[in-house]
Amino acid sequence: MSGASSLMASLLMLVMLLNFYCIGTSRVRSLVYGVALQGALLAFMPLMVFDEPTAIPVLMTALTLAIKGVVLPLVLLRAMRELPIAREVEPLLGFVTTSIYAAVGTLVAIVYVQSLPWAGGRATELIAAAAMATLFTGFLILVTRLKALVQIAGFLILINGVYIFGMLLVEAMPFVVGVGVLLDLVAAIFATTIIVRRITRAFPTDHAAAHSAEED
Amino acid sequence: MEVAIIALPLAGALAALLLRSDARRPLILVAAALSHLIGSIALVASDGTASSGGWLGLDAPGQLVLMLISVLGLVTAVYAVGYLDDPRRPDNRPFVVGLLAMLASLTLVACAQHFGLVWVGITGATLSAAPLIYFDRGPGALAATWRYLLIVAIGLALALLGTFFVGYAVVGAGQAPSLLYDELVRIAPSLPHPWLESSFLLLLVGYGSAMGLAPMHTWKPGAYGEAPGPTGALVAGGLTSCAFLAVMRALHVCDAAGADELPRDALIAIGLLSMGLAAVLLLYQRDFKRMLAYAVVEHMGILAVGLGLGGAALFGTLLHLVASGLAAALLVLSAANIHRAYGTSSSERIIGAMRRLPLSGSVFLLAFFAVTGAPPFGPFVSQLWIVGSAFAGGSALIAILFLVFVLIAFIGMGATVLPLCQGRFLASSAARPRERGLTVVPIVGLLVLIVVLGLALPLPLEELIDRGVAALHTGAP
Repeated sequence: MSGASSLMASLLMLVMLLNFYCIGTSRVRSLVYGVALQGALLAFMPLMVFDEPTAIPVLMTALTLAIKGVVLPLVLLRAMRELPIAREVEPLLGFVTTSIYAAVGTLVAIVYVQSLPWAGGRATELIAAAAMATLFTGFLILVTRLKALVQIAGFLILINGVYIFGMLLVEAMPFVVGVGVLLDLVAAIFATTIIVRRITRAFPTDHAAAHSAEED
Repeated sequence: MEVAIIALPLAGALAALLLRSDARRPLILVAAALSHLIGSIALVASDGTASSGGWLGLDAPGQLVLMLISVLGLVTAVYAVGYLDDPRRPDNRPFVVGLLAMLASLTLVACAQHFGLVWVGITGATLSAAPLIYFDRGPGALAATWRYLLIVAIGLALALLGTFFVGYAVVGAGQAPSLLYDELVRIAPSLPHPWLESSFLLLLVGYGSAMGLAPMHTWKPGAYGEAPGPTGALVAGGLTSCAFLAVMRALHVCDAAGADELPRDALIAIGLLSMGLAAVLLLYQRDFKRMLAYAVVEHMGILAVGLGLGGAALFGTLLHLVASGLAAALLVLSAANIHRAYGTSSSERIIGAMRRLPLSGSVFLLAFFAVTGAPPFGPFVSQLWIVGSAFAGGSALIAILFLVFVLIAFIGMGATVLPLCQGRFLASSAARPRERGLTVVPIVGLLVLIVVLGLALPLPLEELIDRGVAALHTGAP
């Protein structure tokens, strides 16, 4: 992998800022736009990682931009149009609380990353820290939001985190990084399901479901 | 040859997709599953060692898992013919196609020698199982399928990250980029331990969610409660076994690197947690289909503990992989017969199942004994082996906890199963379909297999397990 350019660093900082934006926004539409922008930015990472713009990075960029930046966000926006989903995110924890958790998670990610032995320079550590922080943010949104559509957005952010880390290997092992597109397929299945089955809220925990079933 | 065994069920899925006749489509299922079993036996009998340098190959652990999923594939296929012969299920295309796609994906995992390919196989199996869980479209089916897909998908994302960690360990150590299993074992001593340990933890959590290890098991009760019998059987015995195979391979790499202390501790901890949680949740369980889920969680915990102990316990662990896979499938399929006959899974509304359904009820009772580790069934032998190895290896506390959890699970399940099976059935619950040959013969066949495993372990299987143990210790095929 080529040394980190200031462009790569700026892109990763933007990605991490978008994490906080997505955590802190109270509007579903804003969250979807944030996820779309994050996906679109990440699409350009292969071009920065490869020393020369060969077919592989160009193809990866085009595919990622299409899937993460366009198709998936459009499906989520369509779900918002067709389903009676309120505009607000409906968090389980307050926005300030989850933002604090996200900040702590980002700090922990940076500390953890620095504890690992790295072959590359600061650039690799920055990529890894951004990856772990993004993964944690996605997980946080998944577990603290009550709308099914918002959970999908959280899942998309989580897999963005995995994608970012994959950039450390994309030159050496493009196949392994490429199979991550299956996770985008899973996200597409989720998004399509909520449209087809008109799911507006996340399903309760299994114990709550069992309890209500016993009451029936 | 490995490509052929993977392509076979896929070809069956394609044929099922194109065939218009709903009556004939389940026959494709049986034909594909039977051909798959014959092909698997031929592969294993030809002593298919791992192709050096190849992405596909069958080493001994892979052969063991392949035989297990082949047998389960045939049993569930035959059972499915009887299950699908129901006017309430006119369109069986999604079911047949999904089941065969799942069988193909599981076969890919068994044959894969590349960590990335293993991940692709488990992802494929996970996606294939989703429409199968939803097939009956019960009141809670959508919620169960959603939870299953969400939790396992998060696990798969973490597993992919774990795979990336392995890749970075290789690249960072200045080695040629490779995720081939044999290559990783060979170069493992040169790989940095922090990366291997972190990757293993991610792979354990990731693939552990597909296995149903606690605390990633929360999708299981709903899925087993809603899924049709054949789906539950293949998930309980097949998907879990393939996910466990992936964890075994990851541990082997850590073992070869000398970085196995943390991974083994993690395995034992998560294993005991799963066993303990399952044991507690099995107490006062009023839904006998959800009970199945916790029984499987307990067995996944046993596998994790056995693998974590290693050494002499490894033989028992591999035997348990086969025995518990078959026993879990037996339990699920016999429970499905009872559920279908009574129209409810509430154990408070079912009584006298052995009188109402002499064969299925009796098999269900025997399956309960098998799953809870009673003699003379296979799981009894494997659990005894693991516990004996734990005591012999100086892990007395682990062994005692193991026995306590198994005992609690036995008591808990017994409190649900025994009243359900015994007593006179209520006449008001009699207007339901009776037992069918196609849904009884497979479970009787499974029962015979589990008894054979307990009474006299067949020599070819014993040799295969021995080779599996050797492969996981030294890398020999």
